[in-house]
Amino acid sequence: MKKQSDITSFIFVLPAVLMFAIFTIYPFIKTFQLSAYEWDGISPVMKFIGFKNYLNVIYDSLFWRSMLNAGFITLLALTFQNLLALILAIIIDRGIKFEKFFRTVYFIPPILSGVVVGLVWKWIYDGNYGILNTILRFIGLEKYATSWLSNPKTALLSVAIVHMWKGFGWGFVILLAGLQTIPRELYEAASIDGADTFKQFWYVTVPLMIPIFFVVSILTILGTMQIFDLIYSMTRGGPAGFTEVPISYIYRYMANNELGYATAMAVVFGLVLFSLSIIQIFVSRKLKKV
Amino acid sequence: MSSKFEESNYISSYLILLSIAVICLFPLLWMLSSSLKSQSEIFTNMSLIPKKIHFQNYIDAWVKGKFAIYFLNSLIYTLCGVLGILVITSLCAYALARLNVPFKNIIFLILIIPLIVPLPGTFVPLYVLLKRLGLLDTRIGLILCYINGGLAFGIFLLKSFFEEIPKELEEAAIIDGATRWQIYFRIMLPLVKPALATLAIFNTVSIWNEFLLALIVLQNPSKMPIQRGLMVFQGTHITEYGQLMAGLSIATLPVIIIYLLMQKYIIKGITAGALKG
Repeated sequence: MKKQSDITSFIFVLPAVLMFAIFTIYPFIKTFQLSAYEWDGISPVMKFIGFKNYLNVIYDSLFWRSMLNAGFITLLALTFQNLLALILAIIIDRGIKFEKFFRTVYFIPPILSGVVVGLVWKWIYDGNYGILNTILRFIGLEKYATSWLSNPKTALLSVAIVHMWKGFGWGFVILLAGLQTIPRELYEAASIDGADTFKQFWYVTVPLMIPIFFVVSILTILGTMQIFDLIYSMTRGGPAGFTEVPISYIYRYMANNELGYATAMAVVFGLVLFSLSIIQIFVSRKLKKV
Repeated sequence: MSSKFEESNYISSYLILLSIAVICLFPLLWMLSSSLKSQSEIFTNMSLIPKKIHFQNYIDAWVKGKFAIYFLNSLIYTLCGVLGILVITSLCAYALARLNVPFKNIIFLILIIPLIVPLPGTFVPLYVLLKRLGLLDTRIGLILCYINGGLAFGIFLLKSFFEEIPKELEEAAIIDGATRWQIYFRIMLPLVKPALATLAIFNTVSIWNEFLLALIVLQNPSKMPIQRGLMVFQGTHITEYGQLMAGLSIATLPVIIIYLLMQKYIIKGITAGALKG
């Protein structure tokens, strides 16, 4: 009787387990296997080359530049984007009229698709027909007008700004949810003890919010490092690799049928992300104990 | 604290909030207004309000730009993907929360790996796998990928909801002679409706917006969802901004409507994922 019930209960989990095994676990393991071969994805013969792909990854300066590009966007997102999200969340948390309106509006960019956002901004940034240059000319800053996405000097920053425009709403929503869990009595008590707004923030809000700061930072790092849709729809990594990011670079090799090399890069990239999130979790544990 | 300081603080707060709101909305309004301008007006009238509503862009995009097909495809992928996710994750999460499944803790931990560990670049072997299975460039191949992509979060969210339901409800039903399936369908599922709604809305938006998998799995334009259709259209009609903006608006409108109606569920999904994790 007991045994039978175990088997019927397993039927409940079977579809999920089976799918997960085929479409997540198998590709995951396969990544490591493929990375040791030279293979075009078509020919029946896969040439085993051991660690040679990895060696090539290490010396592939374009791969590391794609990593640096994504790292640059991530750094901006971690600082400017999350700071903006925090400021907005604090203002809204203090209680303000039209709160619902602002909350609704700030979360519109995050729910849009990367392709839609990328294509709209691509036009805004356009050198000839873009509204940004039109505005610059209108207010007399014509000398700054440029083809934002094809000028190597401005391309990466322009893409990063769009990414932050699309992303700050995420942080805002999570930070606001965190702020709202802080009991109001704590602020009242602090204010009776003579703490001004700034002190209340520093001694009440910040310590209680540290775990949430970490969640937002991890999500920002992992999300931004894996940026793709925006890049693909705005620049495809151009001009000349100036906005190339790891996923677009891996995709480029995959589309070029160099599957072994593409998977080797995927493994290296995965390891970098994995160690970043491990470091984050480790640091947050340490901070919690303090 | 002086009231003057408070007042100026109040005003500057509103200024910040308002200017950010304008920055959020401007690109969208620009897209919408340009989609209603004629090709000649687009390059001459820089105002947000079109002189004459030019609806032709939508008709051209829908028919000539093939957005009718892309839109329908997106609808199919989203519906099938969301339904599949709801059925499979609710079955699994219920069993892991309440039934005597062998190795259930290990199974749960493995299933939620994607929520903890980033797995970038698995799309390359996924491509190889789909090719071997003959699922490359098929609708079912893409749908299976989407369902798989929703498993981890769905199981994670639903399991915690199932665990909160009092055990007595089930025990009473068992005494009344109900089978497992009856308990699952008649008692448990209705009790986790809010979580199911959150999952449904959340996955609707993410599948509708998905691009990378659609890029890898599909080659035939007649099977493409709208996000890929946009790239195809943009590649061939580079400067027909009016039509392109109409296409972008068509791709965006369903998401905005769902968001405005179901905002509560979307926000819940995000905060549940972030704060519990």
